[in-house]
Amino acid sequence: MSNVIQASIIKKIAMAVSGLFLIIFLFQHFVINITSVFSESIFNQFSHFMGSNFVVQFIAQPILIFGVIFHFVMGFVLDFQNRSSRKIKYVKYKGSSNASWMSRNMIISGAVVLSFLILHFYDFWIPEMNYKYVEFLPDDPNRYYDELSHKFEDLVKVVLYVISFGFLSLHLLHGFSSAFQSMGINNKYNYLVKTFTIVYAIGIPLGFSFIAIFHYLNH
Amino acid sequence: MKLKLKIWRQKNSNDKGKIVSYDIENISPDMSFLEMMDVLNEQLTSDGVDPVAFDHDCREGICGSCSMFINGEAHGPDRLVTTCQLHMRKFKDGDTIHIEPFRANSFPVIKDLVVDRSSFDRIQHAGGYISINTSGNTQDANAIPIEKNSADKAFDAATCIGCGACVATCKNSSAMLFVSAKVSQFSLLPQGKVEANDRVLNMVKQMDEEGFGNCTNTGACEVECPKGISLENIARMNRDFLKAKISS
Repeated sequence: MSNVIQASIIKKIAMAVSGLFLIIFLFQHFVINITSVFSESIFNQFSHFMGSNFVVQFIAQPILIFGVIFHFVMGFVLDFQNRSSRKIKYVKYKGSSNASWMSRNMIISGAVVLSFLILHFYDFWIPEMNYKYVEFLPDDPNRYYDELSHKFEDLVKVVLYVISFGFLSLHLLHGFSSAFQSMGINNKYNYLVKTFTIVYAIGIPLGFSFIAIFHYLNH
Repeated sequence: MKLKLKIWRQKNSNDKGKIVSYDIENISPDMSFLEMMDVLNEQLTSDGVDPVAFDHDCREGICGSCSMFINGEAHGPDRLVTTCQLHMRKFKDGDTIHIEPFRANSFPVIKDLVVDRSSFDRIQHAGGYISINTSGNTQDANAIPIEKNSADKAFDAATCIGCGACVATCKNSSAMLFVSAKVSQFSLLPQGKVEANDRVLNMVKQMDEEGFGNCTNTGACEVECPKGISLENIARMNRDFLKAKISS
């Protein structure tokens, strides 16, 4: 079993699968959040369901947290291994001549996204866990919209969020289509995958930025 | 043309090595890069300096011997050519040209610009062949019908000359393009399918043992490959490897 995990291709496939899992989660997260722009009550209903449903809270959430931790830890481990495979560096190395900035700097965009996640957890997830499982405060299905709106009163925070979404976009621009290549999918549908990658990688972070700016301006 | 060359000089594998500058004149734009290196070595020899060691053989772009990292790119700024097929017309009079050996832990420097690429040989030995009984009953390969698309893809993969530009240019020193080409050239053909599972498992295992980095799909290897080996081969090897792992 340890041989299977140590194989470089298995590590690649594991990164790809966990990445695609997070991409699907991101879409679901976006769909719920965008409702806050149109309807306070729909956003509250969705959020209350996600925050109180047993399957979401005690099965999906731990899987998601495992997926996030796995993707980041594996990413850093692989980056360390990759850097170690060339101990003596080139004096002159022209990486931009044959590969995109995004593909060469996934560790940088990934590290920014990780920093953002820490901030995001501090803003939303930790208070939510504290509300439900530490202080055991009474169930209030209408509190979610106000909590969200309150978080985006601070311009500095909105700017930090928007910058982070920019790096998320850069990460996705390479990561999405790259995941398919890692899983062995490189065929006549490549054009579709690459087109969808661009649409998703720009559209979703742009949408998240819009939500943050909307709530800031809505005060 | 008049050029300044900044060349990596290293006496042997234990030497630390450093960049040394040389000025060179009267270089014709029609010379190949290796001919320019020959002129430099003539000059160094007549000055009583040890000539620059570099690999070369056919000088026709098919043997895969030449292996220089020129101005930050494997085989220099031109595309789909080896260093021996790179011509000085790609540079301008007065240019400074940086020349380094292919760098990777798995390609240790032997001297100056010569690196040890025997790790590729060991990967080939691990499975880059077809076992055929040659005792007189071997079937004529031309008697086996092969779909043209597969034959073309196998032939494209087989054009890999094992120069190591993919490793040299990859920011992770990954050998996936080379190994996938060698796996694909057999796995696409009926004769190669028989041993396909063992081949991909053994070659990837050897590749990992040699200490090459992991592929992150930057695509730099495909761009710098003098034979234009496609990333499609890496995807094919990934799925062949997964299939073989599950079925073994």
